[in-house]
Amino acid sequence: MEMDETAVVARVRAGEKDAFRLLVERHSRDIFQLAYRIMGNEHDAEEVVQDTFLRCYRSLSSFESRSSFRTWIYRIATNRCYDRLRQRKLEPQPFPDDLESGDSVIDLVPSENPGPERHLLSKEIGERLRRVVGQLSASERTAFVLRHFEGRSLEEIASVLDITVNSAKNTVYRAVQKLRSELQPLRAAQ
Amino acid sequence: MKHLDEADLLLYYYRDGGKVQESEQHLKSCADCRGRFEELSALLQMVVPPVAPKRSEEYGTEVWNRIRASLSEKGSSRRWWIVSPRWAPALAIAALVIVAFVLGRYSRPPQSPVTTAKISGSELRNKVLLVAVGDHLDRSQILLLELAHASGSGQIDISQQQRRAAELAATNRLYRQTAKEAGDTDIANTLDELERVLLEIGHQPDEVTAAELQQIQQRIQAQGIIFKIRVIRSKVNDESHPRTEPNTSKGQTT
Repeated sequence: MEMDETAVVARVRAGEKDAFRLLVERHSRDIFQLAYRIMGNEHDAEEVVQDTFLRCYRSLSSFESRSSFRTWIYRIATNRCYDRLRQRKLEPQPFPDDLESGDSVIDLVPSENPGPERHLLSKEIGERLRRVVGQLSASERTAFVLRHFEGRSLEEIASVLDITVNSAKNTVYRAVQKLRSELQPLRAAQ
Repeated sequence: MKHLDEADLLLYYYRDGGKVQESEQHLKSCADCRGRFEELSALLQMVVPPVAPKRSEEYGTEVWNRIRASLSEKGSSRRWWIVSPRWAPALAIAALVIVAFVLGRYSRPPQSPVTTAKISGSELRNKVLLVAVGDHLDRSQILLLELAHASGSGQIDISQQQRRAAELAATNRLYRQTAKEAGDTDIANTLDELERVLLEIGHQPDEVTAAELQQIQQRIQAQGIIFKIRVIRSKVNDESHPRTEPNTSKGQTT
């Protein structure tokens, strides 16, 4: 059933806090998926979902109906992911037990006719992808995921990362070049 | 048209930029560029989105249940601030007195020499952790004191503090979990309270009004978090830099 989200936002702003539940229930799963794609693990994605809605609730007064609520909250979620990625780079990692090893950053769709060699190759590609994506900077990773997986425009990426469109273009380009240098040898083996 | 470079090919792949038509025309007539483009396309097609773990239909309700309490806190605290603004000056003065008291109470002279006994790997790890937590508490305290003493009119920019609070909240979570796992409930509980305050600040907009700033300040003071940080900081300091035990046989004191 269609829901007029602008009207729901107005209700929340008017003090009807429980109306916010409608927005949370509608967008949680999609935001989780977006966060998972950027963060690469379930735990961080869950935290991003919560952070996003809390921030959204507290910033509802600044929401202007020029864009859709969905666009607005996706932008908040992407910003939360980007901030977390940057923090992760700055933080020491003294708690290896807290890290979720084995979380997939990027998986590959299996081949249509998977044989043993194909499986090995897919595995090798997956490992290389994980490695190279892990080495991307926060901005490269966010920009690449937004462009390649989410299909966002360079203008949107520039807006999220607070950079110019030209810089966004270069950031995506750098990410692709890094992926390419890692995957090119395997491409020849396919 | 000259050959397309790598950046052009990438733009064309994503249909970005203003040269899509032009690139398309060129690719039709240039086998070399077409070959390079096909190679790039094949490579990018290898990179498919990760499959996120499934979330049930009730996931939105679960998220709502998790965040609902935080929304309530905010609502009730706002109401409290709204109905009693006349107490604000008195509270601010009381807060300053408390901060001054706490600063005086816990300011210590330099510690006496630390023991140099051999320590095990786990002890060393604990010491490193305690030093890290101590540093984290110091930075959190500085941030909270900055906000507690901030003032201004119109729109006040707290973006720097807001960003720092968000960063500290993320670090705080790791320390809190570690303290909890180590069974140090005092530190874990204080870090838990601190995290909520940091998240609250981290979720503020970049600019706030003077009234909103005052609400933040009252929130900080109402929870007595600065005082609690000082207490835990003192404990952490004692544990990470244990004073030499007095040698009673020689009648030494520290």
